[in-house]
Amino acid sequence: MEISLTLNARPISISVEPAMLLVELLREQLSLTGTHVGCDTSQCGACLVHFNGESVKSCTMLAISADGGSVMTVEGLSAAGLAKLHPMQQAFHDNHGLQCGFCTPGMLMSAVDLVGRNPDPSETEVRDWLEGNLCRCTGYHNIVKSVIAGAAAMRDAK
Amino acid sequence: MSMSKVIGIGAAPKRKEDLRFVTGRGNYVADIKRPGMVFGAFLRSPHAHARLEAIDVTAARAMAGVVAIYTGEDLKADNVGGLPVGWGIHGKDGNPMKEPPHPPIAHGKVRHVGDAVAFVVADSVEQARSAAEVIEVQYEILPAVVSVVEALQAGAPAVYDDIPDNLCCDWELGDAAAVEAAFADAAHVASIELVNNRLIGNPMEPRAAIGEYDFASGQHTLWTTSQFPHVVRFLMGEFVLHIPQHKLRVVAPDVGGGFGVKQFHYAEEAVVTWAAAKLGRPVKWVCERSEGFLSDAHGRDHFTEADLALDESGKFLGLRVRTLANMGGYLSTFGPNIPTNLYAPLLSGVYRMPAIHCSVKVVFTNTVPVDAYRGAGRPEATFVLERLVDVAAIEMGIDKRAIRRRNMIPTEAYPYQTPVIVEYDSGDPIGCLDRAEKLADVDGFEQRRLESARRGKHRGLGLSTYVEACGLAPSRLAGSLGARGGLYESATVRVHPTGAVTVLIGTHNHGQGHETTFAQIVSDRLGVPFEDIDIVCGDTAKVQFGMGTYGSRSLVVGGAALSKAADKVILKGRKIAAHQLEADLGDIVFEAGEFSVAGTDRKKKFTEIAGAAYVPFDYPLETLEPGLEEQAYYDPVNFTYPGGAHFAEVEIDPDTGTVTLERYTAVDDVGTIINPMIVEGQLQGGIAQGVGQALFEHAVYDESSGQLLSGSFMDYCMPRADNFPAIVVAPHSTTCTHTPMGVKGCGECGTIGSPAAVINAVVDALQPLGITHVDMPATPNRIWNIIRNSRAALAAE
Repeated sequence: MEISLTLNARPISISVEPAMLLVELLREQLSLTGTHVGCDTSQCGACLVHFNGESVKSCTMLAISADGGSVMTVEGLSAAGLAKLHPMQQAFHDNHGLQCGFCTPGMLMSAVDLVGRNPDPSETEVRDWLEGNLCRCTGYHNIVKSVIAGAAAMRDAK
Repeated sequence: MSMSKVIGIGAAPKRKEDLRFVTGRGNYVADIKRPGMVFGAFLRSPHAHARLEAIDVTAARAMAGVVAIYTGEDLKADNVGGLPVGWGIHGKDGNPMKEPPHPPIAHGKVRHVGDAVAFVVADSVEQARSAAEVIEVQYEILPAVVSVVEALQAGAPAVYDDIPDNLCCDWELGDAAAVEAAFADAAHVASIELVNNRLIGNPMEPRAAIGEYDFASGQHTLWTTSQFPHVVRFLMGEFVLHIPQHKLRVVAPDVGGGFGVKQFHYAEEAVVTWAAAKLGRPVKWVCERSEGFLSDAHGRDHFTEADLALDESGKFLGLRVRTLANMGGYLSTFGPNIPTNLYAPLLSGVYRMPAIHCSVKVVFTNTVPVDAYRGAGRPEATFVLERLVDVAAIEMGIDKRAIRRRNMIPTEAYPYQTPVIVEYDSGDPIGCLDRAEKLADVDGFEQRRLESARRGKHRGLGLSTYVEACGLAPSRLAGSLGARGGLYESATVRVHPTGAVTVLIGTHNHGQGHETTFAQIVSDRLGVPFEDIDIVCGDTAKVQFGMGTYGSRSLVVGGAALSKAADKVILKGRKIAAHQLEADLGDIVFEAGEFSVAGTDRKKKFTEIAGAAYVPFDYPLETLEPGLEEQAYYDPVNFTYPGGAHFAEVEIDPDTGTVTLERYTAVDDVGTIINPMIVEGQLQGGIAQGVGQALFEHAVYDESSGQLLSGSFMDYCMPRADNFPAIVVAPHSTTCTHTPMGVKGCGECGTIGSPAAVINAVVDALQPLGITHVDMPATPNRIWNIIRNSRAALAAE
C-alpha cells in the first residue's frame, strides 16, 4: 500500500506492507534506527515517537495508520538537525541522563510530549509520566533531573 | 561541549559518547545492515525436559523465503563443538565439577523451556518465524525439576542421565573445625533461612548477532551484543567453530546495557557465524524480549541456611553458611564460579569474623542457565550476612548500628586478612557508616516513623554494609581458583604526529562512560586536551586484546593498563626530549604537557615531541625507534575491595501490602574517583537494580511444568521511574593501595548493598508484628499475606 505522511518535517510517500508496524517502517525501510525495539509487549517505550504531536509507541501502531499524519522521531527532534541539540537533548547530556543510550530516544520523545502538555512538571509528575518508559541503567534519578531541566530550557526558549 | 583543554582526574566533564545517543545515531547490532543479509529465527523448546525423538522440517523448508533450516544434528555432523565453560571448580572431595556438553542447538534432549531446537534462515524475519512454527518436533516429555531444593531430593528427575543426583559440584571454603569450635563457645547463635530470588537482567537492548563470511579472505565476522568480544573470539573460535583466531573478527559496537547478561559466549553467536559461512550470506538474528527471557542467562537463585555465633557482647565468633545454587540446565560461561568463588570469600563482610565455613551445592535443574548478573555472588553474600546481623541484633536486644560498629574492621587494621582467601587492602567501614547515618538523617527517623504511624502506615529503616571483591582479577589467584584464562587487561596509547591520541583498550563500553573517563586519564597524564583523545573498544580487528568489561574491572584493570601505557609514552617522550635538549634522560621531567630540563627553561611541548617521533630528523635513531605508540598489559596484584553503608527507608501500607521506598542513602568507598558524575550515575543505577530485586523482580517457574511464568515485561516487574525517590549517594573514599591510581571500581556497589538494606527496612517496619524475615521480592501480595498471618497469630495468642 502507498502511504503519505510527514516524517521529521518532510513529506514522504512510501509503499508498505499492510501488516508492517510503524517501528518497522522507520527502522527497516527508512533506516531511522534511533527508534529502538526493547520489548514485544509495548512496555518499554524505547520505540516511542510522536504522531501528530503526541507520543505513541511505534511498536503498537501499523505503518498504514500513519497515512496522512505527521511522525517525528528522535532524528528529527532538533529543528536545527545536528547543528544544535533540542533543549531536552541538551538537558540529558548536561545532567548525565543517559548511560547505554538505548532507552534514551524514547525517554526524550516522551519528555518533550510531557512538557508540551505540562510546561513546568514537578518531580512526581515526571516520574508518573515516565512510567511507560523503562531504563535499566540510571535508576531514573538523572533522567528525572534531565526532564525537569529540559522543561525549564524549553520554557526559556519560548 | 567541552573546550579544548586538559580535563583530568576528579573533574566531571559531560560524556563524549552522549551526542550519538541523544540524536538517535547510536550503532547497535540490530541497527546494522549488511549486503545480501538474511534473517534467522530459533525454534525453541516449549518443554522444560524432553527427549527429541524426531524433527521434521520438510513443510517448513518449502515455505516462502526459507533459505535453510538447521538442527542440532546438522551442527554435530559438521563437528561444531559445545559452548565451553570458562571456570572449572573442584568439589570438597577434590574431584572436578560435572561438566556436561552444551551444544549450541540441542540434540538428544532439551533441558529447559527455550532450549534451541532448530534455526531457520529466511529472506525476512517474518518468514523465518513463520517457518519455525511449522517445524514438526516429536518430543517425549520427561518430568522436570526447577527448584534447587527439589532437584536434590531422592527420586527427583535427572537433568542428565549420567548425573542422577543433579549435583554439579559439592564445594566448600573455610575451616569447618574452627567454626564448630566457635559455635561451641557461643553465648548466642542467630540463624536464618532465606531465598535469594532468581532474576533476569534485562538490559534494555535485547541480544543480537550477525555472522558474515568472506570467501576470498577466509575471514569470519561476528557482530554481537557482547561485553567481551575478544573472549567471544577465543571461546567460539577455539572450542565451538574451530576458526583460527586470525580469521575471526568479533565486533561489539554500541551495546545497550550489559549487567553481566552479555558477558557470556552464547549459542546464537556461534550459530549465526556458522550459518553465514555455510550460506555465504550475512545472517542476522535479533532476540525478541520474550525470547530473551528464555535464553539470556539468569542471575542469583540461591537457597541458604546460615548461622552466626556471637559472644555475650555481640561480637562475632563464627559464621556457618550452607547454600544451594541453581545452575539451570547447562553450565553458562562463568556459571559455577559465581555462587562459589565470588560468594564465599565475601562472607566476612566489613567485619572481624574469626571463623567462616561455607558449603555450596551447585545444582542442575530444568531452567535457563544461571550466571553472573550485576554483583554476581557478592549481593548474595551481603544479603546472607546483613540479614543475619539484623536477626542477631534483634534477638540479643542490641542496636543494629551498634552491633555492626562493634564488629567492624577499624580503618587502621587494614590490610586485613579474612579467613576466606581475600585480604582487604584498605577501607573505612566505620567512616562510611558515620557519614551515611548523618546523610540519611537517622536521628530524625523516629519522628518520621511516628508520623507514618499516625497515618496508619508502618515505617522501617534498614541498614546494610557491604564489601565486594572487584577488579577481576589477579590471574594467578584466579587460576588457582579454577579460572581457565588470564584476567589482565591491555591498552594501547597511539599518539598521532599532531599529538592527538587514540586509545585502543580491551574493556567494553556499554553505558559506563569509558570514552569519557579513560580520556580524562590520558588528558591528565599526557596533558593532551580532552577533546583530542578518542577511546576505541569493542572490535578485535582494531584492539590488540582484552578480557572485556565485567566485575567492576574496566577502570581498575583497564584503567591501570592505560596508565601504564601512558607511562611508557612519557618515558619515550623523555628520551626524545633528552636528545633534542641535549640533556641526560635523568634530567628530563614531564609535567603539564611539557618535557623540560630540570631547573632550566629549556623545554619541548608534547606536540613537538610527538611530531619529532614521526618526522625523526633531530632524533636518536641509533638507539630509539621512530613513532609514539605504546602498549601495556596489566595484571592486578589483588582484587579491589569497594565497600560502604546503605540506608533504606520504607513505608508499608498494611491494607494493601504495598512497600514504598521513601528514602535511600548510600555512602560508598570506591577509591579514587576519576569522574564523580559518572560514579554517581553508576551507583544510582546499581541501587535501582538492587531495589528491583528486593521489591519487584522475580523469575518464577511453574514447579510441575517447568514453564517460566514471568516471561515478559507484563509478568516480570521491572522497576519504573515512579518506584523511586531521589537517591542520595556520597563518597567516603580510602585509596586503594595497589592500583596505579588508587581506584577500586564502582559498577556493582549499588546492586550489592541495596537488597539487604531494603529488606532490613521492610522487616524493621514489620517488627512490631513479630516478623523477623521477609523473602525477596517484598511484593504487595507477599507483604499483605505476612501481615494478615501475623495478625491472626497475634490474635490467637
